[in-house]
Amino acid sequence: MAGSTLASPTASAPRAAPDRARHVSPGLEAWRRFRRHRLAVASVVVIGLMIFAVLFGPILWPVAINEIDFTARLQGPSWSHPLGTDDLGQDILARMLYGGRISLAVGLAAMVVAVVVGTIIGAIAGISRGSVDAALMWLTDLFLALPQLPLLLVIIYLFRDALKELAGPEVGVFVLIVAVIGGFRWMPVARLVRAQFFSLREKEFVEAARALGASTSRQVVRHILPNSLGPVIVAGTIDVAAAIIAESTLSFLGLGFPPDIPTWGRVLYDAKDYLDFAPHWALFPGGAIFLAVLTINFIGDGLRDALDPRKVM
Amino acid sequence: MSQYLLRRLLIVVPSLLGISVVLFTVLALAPGDPFEELAANPSVPPEVAAALRAKFGLDDPIPVRYARWLLAMLQGNWGFSFVSRVDVDVLVLQRVWTTLFVIGSSQILALMIALPVGVYAATRPYSIFDQISSTLAFIGFSLPTFFTGLLLILLFSITLDWLPFVYRADIAATGWRWYWEHVRQSLMPVAVLGLAQGASWTRYVRSAVLDVIRLDYVTTARSKGLAERVVVVKHVVRNALIPVVTLVALQMPAIFGGAIVTEQIFRIPGIGSLLISSILANDTPVIMAVTFVFACLVITFNLIADILYGWLDPRIAYR
Amino acid sequence: MDERELRGLIQSVKAGKLSRRAFVRRLAAVGLTAPLATQLLAQAGVANANSKFDYKPTKRGGGGTLKTLFWQGATLLNPHFAVGTKDQEGSRIFYEPLAAWDNDGNLVPILVAEIPSIENDGLAADGMSVVWKLKPGVQWHDGKPVTADDLIFNWEFACDPATASVTIGSYKEISVEKIDTLSVRVRFPKPTPFWAEAFVGSRGMIIPKHLFDAYRGEKSRDAPANLHPVGTGPYKIVEFKPGDVVKGMLNPHYHMPNRPFFDSIEMKGGGDAVSAARAVLQTGEYDYAWNLQVEDEILTRLEAGGKGRVNIIPGGAIERIQLNSADPWTEVDGERAHISTKHPLLSDPAVRQALAMLVDRAAIQDHIYGRTGTATGNFVNNPERFRSKNTTWEFNVDKANAVLDAGGWARGTDGIRVKGGKRLKLVFQTSINAPRQKTQAIVKQACQKAGIDMELKSVTASVFFSSDVGNPDTYAKFYCDLQMYNTGLGQPDPQLFMHQYVSWEISNKANKWQGRNVTRWVSSAYDDTLRAAESELDPIKRAALFIKLNDMVVMDHAVIPVVARPLVSGSIKKLQVQLSAWDNTFWNLREWYRET
Repeated sequence: MAGSTLASPTASAPRAAPDRARHVSPGLEAWRRFRRHRLAVASVVVIGLMIFAVLFGPILWPVAINEIDFTARLQGPSWSHPLGTDDLGQDILARMLYGGRISLAVGLAAMVVAVVVGTIIGAIAGISRGSVDAALMWLTDLFLALPQLPLLLVIIYLFRDALKELAGPEVGVFVLIVAVIGGFRWMPVARLVRAQFFSLREKEFVEAARALGASTSRQVVRHILPNSLGPVIVAGTIDVAAAIIAESTLSFLGLGFPPDIPTWGRVLYDAKDYLDFAPHWALFPGGAIFLAVLTINFIGDGLRDALDPRKVM
Repeated sequence: MSQYLLRRLLIVVPSLLGISVVLFTVLALAPGDPFEELAANPSVPPEVAAALRAKFGLDDPIPVRYARWLLAMLQGNWGFSFVSRVDVDVLVLQRVWTTLFVIGSSQILALMIALPVGVYAATRPYSIFDQISSTLAFIGFSLPTFFTGLLLILLFSITLDWLPFVYRADIAATGWRWYWEHVRQSLMPVAVLGLAQGASWTRYVRSAVLDVIRLDYVTTARSKGLAERVVVVKHVVRNALIPVVTLVALQMPAIFGGAIVTEQIFRIPGIGSLLISSILANDTPVIMAVTFVFACLVITFNLIADILYGWLDPRIAYR
Repeated sequence: MDERELRGLIQSVKAGKLSRRAFVRRLAAVGLTAPLATQLLAQAGVANANSKFDYKPTKRGGGGTLKTLFWQGATLLNPHFAVGTKDQEGSRIFYEPLAAWDNDGNLVPILVAEIPSIENDGLAADGMSVVWKLKPGVQWHDGKPVTADDLIFNWEFACDPATASVTIGSYKEISVEKIDTLSVRVRFPKPTPFWAEAFVGSRGMIIPKHLFDAYRGEKSRDAPANLHPVGTGPYKIVEFKPGDVVKGMLNPHYHMPNRPFFDSIEMKGGGDAVSAARAVLQTGEYDYAWNLQVEDEILTRLEAGGKGRVNIIPGGAIERIQLNSADPWTEVDGERAHISTKHPLLSDPAVRQALAMLVDRAAIQDHIYGRTGTATGNFVNNPERFRSKNTTWEFNVDKANAVLDAGGWARGTDGIRVKGGKRLKLVFQTSINAPRQKTQAIVKQACQKAGIDMELKSVTASVFFSSDVGNPDTYAKFYCDLQMYNTGLGQPDPQLFMHQYVSWEISNKANKWQGRNVTRWVSSAYDDTLRAAESELDPIKRAALFIKLNDMVVMDHAVIPVVARPLVSGSIKKLQVQLSAWDNTFWNLREWYRET
């Protein structure tokens, strides 16, 4: 991170100086900064717990997710059903623990796809100008203009069976969903990164690096990119929420997981018509999505503060 | 600069053509046809669906259909809806004003929330105000619009009975009452869209302002003894606007494209609901027309954003 | 029920020992529609019953606006192009047929003075023709008189293949000739017991010749009146925005006194069924909500507010599970589920029988459909005491297990049954619709208990029901083991409906999957019986043959009926509506009024 400190050496110099004296490695230094961000640390714990819960929860709470019990329909939280039941009397806790694996995995993976693809395309377009920029922006505009629904139907029709055969039903569907959601959400990231690059590549510290003979890739990786991460992190957190919700709409097109797999977005959707007389049904999946988004955002903030020497805390 | 603009304008035409080819191919490959309901009706002979397919040219090869569409479009003919059996431009023009009004207002609302809240939160990072606005923003984008819309309906229409939740494009009233009714019925959809949009924009604005607020020139401006307000507005915000301009430019085409889910919930007769019903009915000419205009807007606003970058940051060179 | 029994029943009606309604119900229980039943009576010389409506208003107009909510808005207003029910409804505000079906299957005169019958010499005793006499003095909205020429024009318009009308099926076999300015004779190519098809009901609305004459065939799409209907109905067009709203105002020259009651009508489209129910039942923002396909649980709670009521009209629609007879997993000549193949699992009667016992219809009715779906083992199950004794249903996991055990299906190590190396694993598809997904879940659970592994699949409705040759997920291709959907027996004559099990209607590649027999169930006995029914001149014998056909498929478990679905709608308490399952919602819009 040495390169990026050039952005404003004065702002962080007083605090950074003693650290340098002790020759702390950048990684350790980042971790030290991250640890000071209490919310970020708490978030790591919370999301860790959530991941633990969805991975091992079904073992600790061994209730079948599709056990229909008509005598216990739309019940509020109780000891036998800690999060209540839905309109078929199925246990919401068990369903959320099971569905959470998919929701969290899809949300995180799709976010990574969107952010990585968007950053790469935006960075290439932003640094190269001319025809490469034009071509990549054409691609971005194309993806922005494509009507998603018909395209999704085309994708299902063309690739579903092929992928199922290639990677098995579960993995195949997962890859497809992540690719589809990520593939539809990278454009804002690309545009944002490109715009940041336009501005940053003319800044003094980049010029200085250029004058010192830094190669283009070094300019990008060491100097420009770290300074354009702000919007990328925001986009990443928004994308996690969007991907979890988008997954639920996909299963309505027959693209997602089979209809009986209770992902969070899907449980929330199923619950919406019962909102006035069984609010608990919507509350828990909604809360889970919110918590995931919240923690990922704080971790993002913490990472940024840790990696960016112009720290704000 | 003008040379750059000219060059950009010149490549608009081939890029639009390219996009239209891709759009058309996707729509032509998409499964389904406009005659779903015929199938569910045993007394309509299957030949009827076949005859309709042939009549609308659905069985012709895709390149032939594309050439036909392009020729018509060049003559200003937007096509003919399979489902409604009227010209597409009639359908679009009926709905465009409602969409402009509802989506436009919601974008303005979003900006009016995002700019002040985002800037203020960034000038006081991790203050109480920042924490509260951040939490609200997270709620704003972790809840889908189908859910927040319903929540508002349950609260304001059903429990309190203050607002109607069925949007009517033409209200049989005149004068002030007409405006009043329009405002009343637009409140909830505009709020749902504006708040969701505002929530994510707030985060971007906050992050962008945070990126510049600790830079040297800001410190310099402060040390010159400028009022904090002047520093923020004149020195910080202008430099933080690049991501904001990018995002607004990304969202502007939606003013034409509409918001599918929200329009569906509140029954707003806008382009979004036209698009979704056309997609579900596989009414290709309508989908093609709407998405093509949408593509034109995407390209236009991208171009505008690129030009604005140069105005916001004069160091950006157009080469 | 055989022919002799049927004749006996008709005699009882004639003699006044059995009510018309009871007769209709008896026939409904064995798969015949109410309109067909009343047509049998008419043919046997029992006059059509006169429907009585309790219409209180004593003057035309004064009722304000009737606001109706349709979650699918009308997209066009020409009844001959009305692809879906929503379009028929929009058209029905402005256009009228000669006669309409009430909910008991009786014909109600609309543009005619009386219903043709043998007594009034309207109906030929040999079933070869029928005479329709228009009511004198009926005017189009623009003041021109309605004449026999208009009827002949409608027949010609619909028949022309270049028009590509969806009503062609009702008109292409007949010929229509003018008798005088107000009457026409409809001639049939063969004796037709079901004579009230053309000019009647949802596909019988009459459009004016003077506005459409210049737009026949290919030019039909350019007719300005497609968007601006000029009909005979109680309301005149004010505004039409496809997919959004249809507005009409009172027709001051309507051909019935004191009608209509409302000064204007609004048919608003869009949204979803649940919020439509809310707007009527909970807030009263609208007066009437169409086709509320919503879980009864929600409807009951919304109704509890006391502002509105749910109208449930029993009809002929049936939600059923179809079993594939061919093998959907093997490709023969580029086509799956080829007729030359046999389904590896479902061809075993034990499996079919067990599946029928694993569909918990009672639970599906009680917990999903409630009042909006009645469990049935038959095509129609209405009311319960008339349930056909030939067909029964039960939900019994133990018995299903026993049947499978006896059939040689032994449980493997994973609990899934195996026989001859074949695992009992089935894929069950349906369209995307909340009650259907819940039904799938209930069936899957019961199947698991019986050692059947079930994979659920849901397809978006616009794909599932399309006639797209390229897509593997359409119901007509049925590349799956089981599938579930709802079809109305809403069309009055069951003959076409029964075609879905004949060998020459098999849906395959050669006919671009347009054949009606999507299950590929074949039986030469069925074919012969249906052929006999088609050429049967005696309407009563014909009806008896249809009953036999119904029993054949149900008892072989080629199809598992699940619930009979009535028409469900919502209206505010004070609105008086006339609804019928055999015609459009607006079939008798002129009689609608609001109580004070």
